[in-house]
Amino acid sequence: MSKALQELVISSFQAHVLGSHAQHGDETIVLKPSAWKAAHAFLRNDPRARCEMLTDLTVVDFPDREVRFEVVSHVHSLSLGHRLRLKSSVGDSDGEDANIDSLTSLWASANWQEREAYDMFGVRFVGHPDLRRILLYPEFVGHPLRKDYPAQKIQPLIPFRDVLGTEKLAPFGVFEGMSFGRQTEHSDGVEE
Amino acid sequence: MEALDIDLEESEIELPTEPMLLNVGPSHPAMHGTVRCVMELSGEAIARVDVQVGYLHRGFEKMCERGTWSQVFPYVDRCNYVSPMLNNVGFAMACEKMLGIEVPDRCQWYRMALGELARISDHLTCDGAMAMELGAFTPFLWMVKARDMIWDVMEEETGARLTHSFGRVGGMAKPPTDGFKEHARAVVAQVLKIVEESEGLLLGNRIFLDRLEGIGIISAEDAISLGWTGPCLRAAGVPYDVRKSNPYMKYAEVDFEVPVGQTSDCLDRFLIRLAEMRQSARIVYQCLDRLSDSGPVNVDDPRVVLPEKSGVYTTIEDTIRHFKIVMEGLKIPAGEVYSYTEGGNGELGFYLVSDGSGTPYRVRIRPPCFQVTAGLEKIITGQMMADVVPCFGSLNMIGGECDR
Repeated sequence: MSKALQELVISSFQAHVLGSHAQHGDETIVLKPSAWKAAHAFLRNDPRARCEMLTDLTVVDFPDREVRFEVVSHVHSLSLGHRLRLKSSVGDSDGEDANIDSLTSLWASANWQEREAYDMFGVRFVGHPDLRRILLYPEFVGHPLRKDYPAQKIQPLIPFRDVLGTEKLAPFGVFEGMSFGRQTEHSDGVEE
Repeated sequence: MEALDIDLEESEIELPTEPMLLNVGPSHPAMHGTVRCVMELSGEAIARVDVQVGYLHRGFEKMCERGTWSQVFPYVDRCNYVSPMLNNVGFAMACEKMLGIEVPDRCQWYRMALGELARISDHLTCDGAMAMELGAFTPFLWMVKARDMIWDVMEEETGARLTHSFGRVGGMAKPPTDGFKEHARAVVAQVLKIVEESEGLLLGNRIFLDRLEGIGIISAEDAISLGWTGPCLRAAGVPYDVRKSNPYMKYAEVDFEVPVGQTSDCLDRFLIRLAEMRQSARIVYQCLDRLSDSGPVNVDDPRVVLPEKSGVYTTIEDTIRHFKIVMEGLKIPAGEVYSYTEGGNGELGFYLVSDGSGTPYRVRIRPPCFQVTAGLEKIITGQMMADVVPCFGSLNMIGGECDR
């Protein structure tokens, strides 16, 4: 983590920075969601930042807050050896309207990380090419890592998939070569 | 004699070509772990592939939010179950970073020695399984035999062969046993011998080399962009190792090298793991030399460390302390931390959020396997169907860690 990098980002994105702190040596910047992608692109491409790796991208749910989901990313520069954490809050108290720009055009690793964040929290990443569930199955109802999802909840057994007459779905159509293929239709009616 | 396929484009015969969909997994003998690949084959070459994970998802992060901080240890054991000690120590260090405590020297050397033994067992499993999937069963059996020897040491130290749950916030569950140093030294020497023998069986084998050389190549830029870390990234020529770049515990004081590859193919990933086992063995020897025979293993902090059993049964203060740590959980001050160590497959990160109560608010594990498996699509597209097996084997995808 690096103090200098934190100051660099703050000075470059002054209008969009909501706050910053450093705890246990981890420098953190809280951004407006509108600057999410621009700040990451800056960190990736600026010669003073050169953060080649998006180490981690996840979400923390604070149901009591007005803006509920905190999207957290950790970027890391292998060449310069510094790290930075960025945060941005999205989504209203019901968990709706949680949209944030996708980072898939900057780092390939964002693809699966964002799919997981969508799967677990229902945060939608605008511009993601293939926002499907990744760890859970498409018939799963809800997003399990939200704090209001009861841990004891049992999801019903899904009926045998009736795949006849369904149009071809990404990426390989419903059969995917086998009759037990995963469907890619979002169970909660969300289509990306 | 003329080749039969000469001027095929110009010939009048038009063969009907249609891409074939092929499903491999989630339970397939050639794919260790549970992962499913749906492939579109053009002849024998893979035109497109969709890698699907999640078949071993057990809700690790949700479960962690239900118990106390100490109750997370058994769960992290089951993330990367071939090197659980590294996960244990990684999580303990994340909690200690939040508490602002540092464990005694003896504990640090002990953790390092056990951790490097676990790393050897991790790499043995990967290389052995990789050979087995290519038809070489003997090296697999030998390497598993060597792994069993390491697990004998682990069993002697922790009481469990596979999932130890041995780490504690502020120390370890038990100090090293009397015979630990002697046993570990003997085992490491034997393991190295077995590694050498297995290596001799494989690296002189034309079939084995032909199946690995030049297969599954990835550029360093792509590997970094995919978030690869650990042996797979080092095979791509990037010398990034958390133990060197951000030395934690006593890694700054021990002497070891970070092997890097050149061609970034499956063979390189195989060789990197062999080389790392030797480096880990070097570290184990140095740790055993520096590990003192007496002194405290646990930090002297009544907030986090359970009192001695003798005290719990005889004094009221220790009984209360024990009760509070077990029933309420140790209290970690509110805040957040990202702590990272070098796991078996790369940077193992823990992003913890605490609200100050005895229960974790959020435990996010940054699984190195997940990122590495995300790159499988990249490295097998354009390869032959048969190359999927060595490519997948060389990534060492651990289902428990990838799917959590």
